[in-house]
Amino acid sequence: MPLVKDGKIVTDIFVHVADDAELPGDGAVLVSAARFLEDPEALLKRAGQVGVIWPNSRDVDDLVPFLGRLAAIALVFPTFRDGRAYSQARLLRERYGYDGELRATGQVLRDQFVFMLRAGFDALEAKKQSDAEAFTLTTKRYSVFYQPTGDGRATAPLRRLQQRHSESARS
Amino acid sequence: MYAYDELDRTLLNERVEEFRDQVRRRLSGELTEDEFKMLRLQNGVYLQLHAYMFRVAIPYGTLSSNQLRQLAHVARKYDRGYGHFTTRQNIQFNWIKLAEQPDALADLAEVGIHAMQTSGNNTRNVTSDQWAGVAPGEIEDPRIWSEILRQYTTLHPEFSFLPRKFKFAITASAHDRAAIKIHDIGLRLHRNAEGEAGFEVLVGGGLGRTPFIGKTIKPFVHGRDLLSYVEAILRVYNQYGRRDNIYKARIKILVHELGIEKFAAEVEEEWRAMGDTALTLDDATIEEIRSRFTYPAYEKLPHVPDELKKAAADPLFERWRRNSVFTHKVQGYAIVTLSLKPVGGPPGDATADQMDALADLADKYSFGEIRVGHEQNLALPHVAKRDLPALWSALDKLGLATPNVNLVSDIIACPGLDYCSLANARSIPIAQELTRRFANPDTAELIGRLHINISGCINACGHHHVGHIGILGVEKNGEEFYQITIGGRADENAELGALIGPAVPYGEVADVIEDIVEAYLALRERPDELFVDAVKRLGVEPFRERVYATR
Repeated sequence: MPLVKDGKIVTDIFVHVADDAELPGDGAVLVSAARFLEDPEALLKRAGQVGVIWPNSRDVDDLVPFLGRLAAIALVFPTFRDGRAYSQARLLRERYGYDGELRATGQVLRDQFVFMLRAGFDALEAKKQSDAEAFTLTTKRYSVFYQPTGDGRATAPLRRLQQRHSESARS
Repeated sequence: MYAYDELDRTLLNERVEEFRDQVRRRLSGELTEDEFKMLRLQNGVYLQLHAYMFRVAIPYGTLSSNQLRQLAHVARKYDRGYGHFTTRQNIQFNWIKLAEQPDALADLAEVGIHAMQTSGNNTRNVTSDQWAGVAPGEIEDPRIWSEILRQYTTLHPEFSFLPRKFKFAITASAHDRAAIKIHDIGLRLHRNAEGEAGFEVLVGGGLGRTPFIGKTIKPFVHGRDLLSYVEAILRVYNQYGRRDNIYKARIKILVHELGIEKFAAEVEEEWRAMGDTALTLDDATIEEIRSRFTYPAYEKLPHVPDELKKAAADPLFERWRRNSVFTHKVQGYAIVTLSLKPVGGPPGDATADQMDALADLADKYSFGEIRVGHEQNLALPHVAKRDLPALWSALDKLGLATPNVNLVSDIIACPGLDYCSLANARSIPIAQELTRRFANPDTAELIGRLHINISGCINACGHHHVGHIGILGVEKNGEEFYQITIGGRADENAELGALIGPAVPYGEVADVIEDIVEAYLALRERPDELFVDAVKRLGVEPFRERVYATR
């Protein structure tokens, strides 16, 4: 599955390690939540970056003690209809200040890209090559956003107030 | 009216172009039907029995005359010349071709109308009192808050894939015309002891196969905190609402399973954790939205103009005035309800020609404004009383002056098996037959206020649980049967109706309803004891005895 990060299709540096597979000595790895929570300290001490695949049915609170040392968190969309990971993403970014890679994985389709970016994802494992290639086109489609999230985009209400201020300054 | 600005218009056009691209990808095979289904639903496109159905939002039930003309245009150009107004202040077109959908949306966008989130598992069209801004005694125009919520919920990045659909309704009057107690979130605007405006927030109301009346989760949420509190509710629901079973996925089930206290505590904890949030509304932001609602420049007019005194001699006019004309907050003006329930007609339908003519009448007599109510009727909200006689004769010619508002033939009905792929039984022909049975306006007036609601299946789009008389179509061994409830209501004293007896076959429904009404006429204490009050006082039993004694 092509990985889109910072607007470009990139090579995934993380190796997905199955629960029963041996960990490579170094290099970036992505492990399941179960494996990670078994012995987080041991994993975090090894050479190479560690990322965790976090299920959407588990509170992200359990991850909070480790956020500063995790290189990536992959949140899961088992189907595109299941939107729990959007809440998890916003909590990680906006409440807990997580600033590492936040990856969307699972059934990730182009029509969710904008929502995902707005929720705080910065890496998308697109299900289809054509969707990954359409990333720039798709995410440029919208220029107006009504509600504030932690993504830094100026919302419509804010832009209106700014417009009003600049108009009253001119008159 | 709320006037769109450049940002609103831009967003709408961007949404139309996105949908055009999605339809193109579906038609070219890039998208599977499974992938496309959710995308089209998010834009109000259902696949029905015969064709695609297209549901267009009328936020808080307010339309300008130009918007109504554009709806007529869509009905004519892309459909079969009519539209169906729904119980949630939407309009549905039943015969639209998928390939033409994007063009229909683009035409609607020209006048600031959209179909965003009129279906799908997201936050739906925000509904409100159809008399907002003109009802006497209102706290404040609830549409300001409805519009704030509309913008907040539109394309929300976190809540566009909820466990199930999610509906808001807002009222600012003591008498609830927005049915807030049967919504996922119901909001009642009121003032606290300090005179500040805020909301009683109700949660977990809803009909369908497991009906619940909404429960108060917080008696007062300050207006500035409305969005953050709503976000807390939605976040708890998004994470913990059930996704394993579509029939248990609404927030009402989560509230029921946790209990309102536990659910409220979860929301409170989330809300506290949000702390100081960008969602807190400052006065300038609220004022900005408020300033884009414009109100008519009313004249100073007499309470009872000469035109009205003169017309009172005409008993037909008088009957209509008694029935369909309501008190306006400004002296000399009236709110006029237009019945979309003509004798023998399908409830809630209007033809393109009617819509066009009504738009002209709105320009002439109602400052260009039309309202849509959840009872599937329309209203002209600012009619000078001196114009009532002229308006009446114009409406009468259009078939929009049936004097049955709030009476037994003012029936709410879903499309039923005639259109809907979910239905088990027909709704429209039952409604049509009942309007014929109760066609005599003297009888209807004698009976008084009585709401009959009909749903063609357990999903309850016709709100049968909260009809004074509720009729639910079910299927038994391949035949249409109907369960009948009495005593339901959807207002501030909302209650679910109780079953009166065994289900009856299609052919007997109208007879049973007539018997129920006869029983009521015999049992009521006084002529002004309403049907629903008589049921409350007596319970179901005396009705059951009379209606089922001979069956």
